[in-house]
Amino acid sequence: MSTAEHTEPEQAGDPGTPEEEPTFITDADIDPYAGMAAVEAPKDAKPLLTVDNLRMYFPVKSTGLVHRTVGQVQAVDGVSFEVVEGGSLGLVGESGCGKSTTGRLITRLLTPTGGSIMFEGKDIAQISSGDLKPLRREIQMIFQDPYTSLNPRHTVGSIIGAPLRIHKIIPEKQVLGRVKELLEIVGLNPEHYNRFPNEFSGGQRQRIGIARALTLNPKLLVADEPVSALDVSIQAQVVNLLQGIQKEFGVAFLFIAHDLAIVRHFCPEVAVMYLGKIVEIGDRDSIYLGAHHPYTQALLSAVPDVKQASIGGRRERIRLTGDVPSPINPPSGCRFRTRCPIAQEICAKVEPPLLQIGPKHKVACHFPGEIGHHPKEPATASLLGLDSEGNADAAGAVTNHDRLSHPGYMTEWYDLDTKSFARD
Amino acid sequence: MSSSATTTEERPAASSAGDPLLVVKDLKVHFPSSDGVVKAVDGLSYSVARGQTLGIVGESGSGKSVSSSAIMGLFHGSNAQLSGNIFLDGTDILTLEENDLRKLRGRDVAMIFQDPLSALHPYYTVGAQIIEAYRVHQDVSKKAARRRAIELLDRVGIPQPDRRVDDYPHQFSGGMRQRAMIAMGLVNDPSMLIADEPTTALDVTVQAQILDLLQDLQREFNSAIIIITHDLGVVAEMTDDTLVMYGGRAVEYGKTSEILTHPEMPYTWGLLSSVPDVTGDTSAKLIPIPGNPPSLLNPPSGCHFHPRCTFRDKVAGDLCRTTTPELVPGSRGSSHLKRCHLPDPESIYQAEVLPEIAPDLVEATDAMESAAPVAPAEAGGSAEPSAASAPIEAKEQG
Repeated sequence: MSTAEHTEPEQAGDPGTPEEEPTFITDADIDPYAGMAAVEAPKDAKPLLTVDNLRMYFPVKSTGLVHRTVGQVQAVDGVSFEVVEGGSLGLVGESGCGKSTTGRLITRLLTPTGGSIMFEGKDIAQISSGDLKPLRREIQMIFQDPYTSLNPRHTVGSIIGAPLRIHKIIPEKQVLGRVKELLEIVGLNPEHYNRFPNEFSGGQRQRIGIARALTLNPKLLVADEPVSALDVSIQAQVVNLLQGIQKEFGVAFLFIAHDLAIVRHFCPEVAVMYLGKIVEIGDRDSIYLGAHHPYTQALLSAVPDVKQASIGGRRERIRLTGDVPSPINPPSGCRFRTRCPIAQEICAKVEPPLLQIGPKHKVACHFPGEIGHHPKEPATASLLGLDSEGNADAAGAVTNHDRLSHPGYMTEWYDLDTKSFARD
Repeated sequence: MSSSATTTEERPAASSAGDPLLVVKDLKVHFPSSDGVVKAVDGLSYSVARGQTLGIVGESGSGKSVSSSAIMGLFHGSNAQLSGNIFLDGTDILTLEENDLRKLRGRDVAMIFQDPLSALHPYYTVGAQIIEAYRVHQDVSKKAARRRAIELLDRVGIPQPDRRVDDYPHQFSGGMRQRAMIAMGLVNDPSMLIADEPTTALDVTVQAQILDLLQDLQREFNSAIIIITHDLGVVAEMTDDTLVMYGGRAVEYGKTSEILTHPEMPYTWGLLSSVPDVTGDTSAKLIPIPGNPPSLLNPPSGCHFHPRCTFRDKVAGDLCRTTTPELVPGSRGSSHLKRCHLPDPESIYQAEVLPEIAPDLVEATDAMESAAPVAPAEAGGSAEPSAASAPIEAKEQG
C-alpha cells in the first residue's frame, strides 16, 4: 500500500496538510533473518533527490577577542548526484571526506553554503525552518551510534511515538497502537514499548532508531553508518532488516558507510568521495569491477579478503602514501594528486571534471583507466580545451559544459576508446 | 599455500616453527559480582611461536580481550579469579608477583590497544610517553631515550619524527596515533605483541598501512603476535593460526587456511556468512546469526551456542542442550580442533552453507569435485568426509 502512495508524487508534494488520510506501513512481513540480495530500483524510476553542485564550507575562526574568519573547511565542495525512487546510493570514502556532512545537508540538519538539493522537484537547500517541518516527514535519518542517538530518559514508546505527536498526524489515542506496529516491523517485541533504551542491546537499539525513522513513512532514508557500531553477527541482521524495509515499502536510501563490502551488498549504485568531492560514481559493477579512478582502485585493493585464507599472505594492493590533506587548504587541481601514483603536471593545474564514461559510470580523473591501463595522455584535455600539460590551448574547442556537470546520467557519454561522445 | 599436504596431518594444533613462546593452558578468568560469577574466560588453551601470528576472533563479550589482558597480568590485584597457566618463555605469568610483572610488561609483552585516542595520555607529548616506556625498562639517559623514540617514530612511518616527537596525541591523525601506539609497544623490542583490534577504528587504506607495518616489524624482530579482531579478512591475510571464541570458550582452533576454508563449527559459519565479501558474488546473501551473544553470568547449558544454532536438529537427541562438546580434532586431522556435536560438518557446510553465502565458490568446488574420482560420494553427503574432502584439499594445494 505504501508503494502505491509513492507513485503519486503530486499528492505527496504537498505534505503540509494533515487532513489527508494518513497511510501507514502496517502489514509488514519482514524476516530479519532471511538474507537477500540488494534491491534494485526499476529501470524507469524517476529521480527522487537531485543534488547539484552542493557545497558546505565551515568557517575557521581565529582565537582571541574578535573571532574573525581566517579560513574555511571545504567539507563538501561541489557534489552532484541523483537518488531514484526506491533506489539506493552508497556513499563511501575515508573519514573526513565529507560523506556524513553530505548526509546532514540532505536531511537539512545543516544549511548548505551553495548548490541545490531538489527533492521531488522542490529545492530544499535554503528553505526556512518553518517550511522544513513537512519535509522532515519525507526525509528521515538513521544514526551511527545507537547509544547516543536515543534519549536515555525516554521510553521506547515515547521515542518512536514522538514524530507522530510532533506532526499531529493521528490522535493521541492511536499513537501507542502505531508504535507497537512499528516495533513489530523492526523485529522487536511490541510489548516492550514501556522499556528504556538501556534495557536493549546495541542491535536492538539500532532497530529502535530504524523504527523511529520509519514512523512517518519517509520517502528517503539517510543512513549514516547504520551498522558500523554493531557486532558482526548483528550487522547482518540490521542490513537485512533495512533491505526488507526497502523491498516492502519502496523507501529510497542514501547509505553512508566506510565499509566497502557492506555498501556493495546494499547499494546498486555507489559514489566514492575524497576530500569533499565525488571522484567516481556508478553502478555497482562499474565501481567494484571496473573502477577507473586510482583512488577507488587503491581503496578496493586495501580491503582484506577472507578468500585470501586459502592462498595465504596479503593481497596485492596499491600503496597510498601519506595522509589525506587538510580540507582547509586542499591541493590545487585534482585533490587526490598528492597521493596519486599516476599524477602528472595537468593534475596540479586543472581540476578534472566528473566525466561520464559509461551508461552509468562517471569518473573525475585526467587519466581514467582500469588498473595498469591508465592512458598516457590526459583524456580530458581536449574536452576542456587544454594541451596535455594543462595549459590553455588556443586551438582547443571547449565542449558543452552541460555534459560535464549534469547531476544524473545522460544518454550520451564520452567513450574512452574512441575519444568521442557516443551512445549505445 | 606453501606447506605440503603432509604437514596438516602431523603438526599439532598450533603450527609451530620451533618451541612456542607463549603457551596458555586451561585459562579461566572469573569475575565475582553481586549477581553471581561472570565466567569471562572458561578453560582456554592455545600457543604461539616466535615469528607466528595468532588471530582471535569472536563477538564482543566472547572473552577475547579478557584473555589477552590476562597475559599482560592486568588482573593482578583486582578481584578477578584466575586459574590455569600462562607460560611466557617458560615462566608462568600467573604466579609472578606485581614487581616481576612490572618488569615483564612492556619489555617482554606489549599491547596495542584498540582506541589510540583513549590509550594515549592527552596531557603528555607522544615522545614523552614513548620515552617513559623505554626508561622504565632500560637504564639510559633521557637523551638516548629521546633518540630511540625518534628512531621508532621514523620506523613506523611518522613524517618528520624529530619534530612530531614533541606533538601531543590530539595533533596526530587517527592512523598516526595508532602508529605511535605501535612505536610505544615496540620500543623495548618485545618478543610478544598483543594487538587488540588494532585497525578497527581506522579507514581501509590506513588499516592496510598498519597491517603492512606489523608484518614488516614481525619479520624484523621475529616476534610473536596475537591479533584480536572481528574482521575475518584481517585474520585471513595476517595470521597463521586462528582461534574462534564464543561465550568465553574456544569453539574452533587451527591453521587459518584450514579454519576459513573448511570451518566445522556453525558459529564460524555464521561469522563467515554474516559479512559480505568485497570481491564475491553480488547475489550472495547475508545470513545473520539469530539472537544475541550469550550472557556470561548464566551461560546456556551444554554448548553455549545452541540457542542460536540453526543446525541443532542435525544432532541426535538433546545432546547440544545437555552436554558441552569437547574441543577435539574433527574429521580434518589433528590440526583442526572444534567444539561441536555435529557428526559431519564438512558435508553440511558444502551442501547447505556455502551455496548460500558464496555461490561462486561452490561452482569452483564442483569443478574440483568432478575432477576428483571420489567426488560423487562427497556431493551425496557420504559418511566418509575425510576421504572425500582430501582430494579437494590436495587440489587446492597443487
